[in-house]
Amino acid sequence: MSAVPTAASPAGAQPTNHGRRVFVAWIVLSVIATPLVAIFLGPILPPGNGSEQAHGQVIDNTVLTATITPVICLLVVFFAYTLTQFRAAPGAALADGPPLRNHAGIQVWWVVLTTATVLFLAGFGTFELLQNGSGGGQGPSPVAVPSGVRQNQMLQVQVIGQQWNWTYRYPSYGGVETQQLFLPEHTWVALNVTSLDVIHSFWAYKLGVKADANPGVDNIAYLQTRGPLSFDIRCAELCGLWHGYMYQTGHVVSQSQFASWIKQQQQLDKPVARYLPKYQRFYYPDPQRRAG
Amino acid sequence: MRVGVKLLLVAAAVAAAGVLIGLYVSKLTTLQGSASYTVPVKQVNGKPVVDLTLETVAAVGPKLSPNPDWVSYLVQNQQGVWEHRTVWKLPANATIHVTIYNFDSASGLRNPYLARPEGIDGNRITINGKPSDGINPNDASHTFAIPAYHLIVALPGVADNAKNQCGYAPCSLSMAHETVRFTFHTGAPGHFRWQCFVPCAAGWVYGWGGPMQTIGYMDGFIDVT
Repeated sequence: MSAVPTAASPAGAQPTNHGRRVFVAWIVLSVIATPLVAIFLGPILPPGNGSEQAHGQVIDNTVLTATITPVICLLVVFFAYTLTQFRAAPGAALADGPPLRNHAGIQVWWVVLTTATVLFLAGFGTFELLQNGSGGGQGPSPVAVPSGVRQNQMLQVQVIGQQWNWTYRYPSYGGVETQQLFLPEHTWVALNVTSLDVIHSFWAYKLGVKADANPGVDNIAYLQTRGPLSFDIRCAELCGLWHGYMYQTGHVVSQSQFASWIKQQQQLDKPVARYLPKYQRFYYPDPQRRAG
Repeated sequence: MRVGVKLLLVAAAVAAAGVLIGLYVSKLTTLQGSASYTVPVKQVNGKPVVDLTLETVAAVGPKLSPNPDWVSYLVQNQQGVWEHRTVWKLPANATIHVTIYNFDSASGLRNPYLARPEGIDGNRITINGKPSDGINPNDASHTFAIPAYHLIVALPGVADNAKNQCGYAPCSLSMAHETVRFTFHTGAPGHFRWQCFVPCAAGWVYGWGGPMQTIGYMDGFIDVT
């Protein structure tokens, strides 16, 4: 995009500097668009603010979107400029364009800027993941453990997948098992995700949590709840016939509501409590009599 | 052969494959051999009440299914005839009295927790007339569960050494069976799946193939209208 004479530049006239025009238009548009994207689009980006992890993901998505905004602006400006300025007039004779020449400066800046952008995004993403796992499953030995809270201060909740439903165990409440997921507000939670059969994936979108449920594995994901809300739970791993129906609604409730609910569940569990296996990080159900 | 003709042939083949896949999927989703059964409704004190009578059998038999050895649920129609249908139309906001005759033996639950009845009146069932608030998970033969209603009922199996066990459906009540009764309530209209949680598909890996992975045997829908 160096300065080249065009059909619109009669001989002797100052040639149009298309490169400078595009550059200026790009800078102006980027300076306007990037803050607008960060301020107005960022807060409504998924997955919302249902938990501290979800809120963190909104910030991450905002940074990513704002970072790529200048790139998109460049494409839009270049596209629009090319369409409008290099358009052949109707009926004009076809003429070859000016020859393409190497421009070392543009190449160097292109490599430098794109490399810097990609490295920044990689570094930012890694930093964010190392804070507390960002709501993702970290396997049985998490490396991104939340700071400022001890493991024994967290509410441990075991998420058990099986074809085709989720159940939940609360080891700090006698290992009571429930059909629904209730969590107290403003609480650190360690979700211990496992499966009794095939691979499932526990996905609570509004909470920003997603962790694979593998048989024989305790996949740990950390979560800090905010205020009361209801959230969808889905299986995100194709797991058989009723995979599409493997969804539930979970609830973040007040501390008092949670205490009342868990007490009620303990009462309901009494008839089968003696049959429930002792709480373990995962389970290997015995082969069934007929199936083997 | 010209390139245009080749492209046309490829496009025609792709379109034909698409149509065949579409037909196959539509056949699956319309629940072949399992058209919906509208359960008769009676009014009690101005409110809809339904008696839903089911049986579970170890083998559905050649008269009712192309897979005669598969375990299955059956529903009893108004004439007392057992039908191989697992999609049942029920009224909204109604009381549903369920009777299940189980003719199958026990397989055991993969998750023992599911032996506890829930989502039904009083969270209690009756087994052969006796109230029960839970069974031994190892004695479970099947479950009737509607996850959207948080409804789970485990059905005890017929003893392995019981006399006069039923071979193929339909099974007569003179044969060895367990009778489970309970009541639940429908809410707003909707399309809700039900399923069995016992790995009861004999001969399949982990008991979870064949009839457990095919709509119309150990699972189906309740169409609440």
